[in-house]
Amino acid sequence: MNELWDWDAAYAVLPELLLAFLKVTLLVTVVSTAIAAVLGLVIAILRMSVPKPVAVVINFIGDFIRMTPIVVQLLFAYWTFLSVDAIVIGIAVFGIHYSTYMAEVYRAGIESVPKGQWEATKALSMSKSRTWIAVIIPQALRATVPALGNYAISMFKDTPFLLTIGVVEMVRAGLTFGGNHFRYMEAITLAGVIFLLASYPTSLLISRLEKRLAYNY
Amino acid sequence: MPTTTEPETVPAPATAATVPAIKFENVEKRFGDNVVLKDLNFEVAKGDRVTLIGPSGSGKTTILRLVMTLEDLSGGFIYIDGEPLTHEERGGKRVELGEKAQKQIRKRIGMVFQQFNLFPNMSVLENIIEAPVHVLGQSKEEATARAMELLESVGLPDKADAHPLELSGGQQQRVAIARALAMDPEILLLDEVTSALDPEIVGEVLGILRHIAATTDITMLIVTHEMQFARDVSNRVMMFDGGKVVEEATPEVMFTNPQHERTQSFLHAVLGNAEDQIGTR
Repeated sequence: MNELWDWDAAYAVLPELLLAFLKVTLLVTVVSTAIAAVLGLVIAILRMSVPKPVAVVINFIGDFIRMTPIVVQLLFAYWTFLSVDAIVIGIAVFGIHYSTYMAEVYRAGIESVPKGQWEATKALSMSKSRTWIAVIIPQALRATVPALGNYAISMFKDTPFLLTIGVVEMVRAGLTFGGNHFRYMEAITLAGVIFLLASYPTSLLISRLEKRLAYNY
Repeated sequence: MPTTTEPETVPAPATAATVPAIKFENVEKRFGDNVVLKDLNFEVAKGDRVTLIGPSGSGKTTILRLVMTLEDLSGGFIYIDGEPLTHEERGGKRVELGEKAQKQIRKRIGMVFQQFNLFPNMSVLENIIEAPVHVLGQSKEEATARAMELLESVGLPDKADAHPLELSGGQQQRVAIARALAMDPEILLLDEVTSALDPEIVGEVLGILRHIAATTDITMLIVTHEMQFARDVSNRVMMFDGGKVVEEATPEVMFTNPQHERTQSFLHAVLGNAEDQIGTR
């Protein structure tokens, strides 16, 4: 019982970790990434389309969110909206927090589209919405896919912060198991391995996608 | 207007002929403190092919960009078919038109750029039918049929599904010409359309533009360094220097017997080069 590693404990904790991984960690990552990706794009476009004073306000809110720790934001939102389910709080906070980063990535992507592209849309009398949807966003996205993917992975690795507001994600599940059986090493190690096994192929996928987009361009 | 060719080149009724396709009235353009155009007045009749020549920095390209509304007008008025393009005079005041009104006028104008500016995320066909379908409201079939006709006329019928960056510069520019023509513009602006091309493929692009000039009645405003092309296509040449029209004449007069000293020295410098290039082509 005192050795560093106990295989029986490892086998016992693994199903619990995988269950928490699928039910919480993956769910939060996927839904929050989707929110961040869409909201980030909306923020980026809004900032370029609204009058300057409004853009300044949007910028300030974005800076504020990026300059404060996500744990503080989770706790703040949790204690502000006590009646809301913690996992919903978690998804919203992760989505909004990362949307401010993604907005920056989109901004860089949008700015990388040559001026001549905008001029061509004007010369063809294209509407604002068609200009964005058909010309600017598709070209901006090519430049942003890798950065967006990396933020998704980074968010994935931030999900253990959810334990601060009582969400039983994978690490919390491992700690609970550890507390019950006095075996922490197996749970924490396996949680790390699961994170690695999920992140690494994803990052490979992103770099392949990046190459494919570059080739088609 | 001093052009003598106007009555022959305008087949429209006499009343229409009196309304110029493009009219600049006291146009001023500044970039910060730098005054590029000042008090500029000129007219382009319907069906005219006007070439703007002059040294770089003389404001030729700015004129095209003002007509395409790619630059903000600092002062004065531009009229297209007698209608204000961006600003109008209302109660003695210069008022900017709403975006909707501007767009209605802008639809009649097409432009071909030096850098082609094709959309790299779309196929050649998609580039050409995008605006006809989404701006003019044509059906996809209708727009595609017209696009294929245009691709045929620019000699690229087999490139419909290609992507722009798979094409050579000359081919890209031919697609850009087809894309502009797909909107059936009344006015076509050609902004140094061969300047980014290798010398040996300049000819293929100019050949297509010559054909368009010969077979349509589109009003053309051209900025080019290809003096032979200007001579072949245009019926009027305007020499610019320092944001002003120094001299204007028919190409025959302008290129053989320019009156103004500034025009003489400019043409002397440019034509020497142009003739060298024609020799090697």
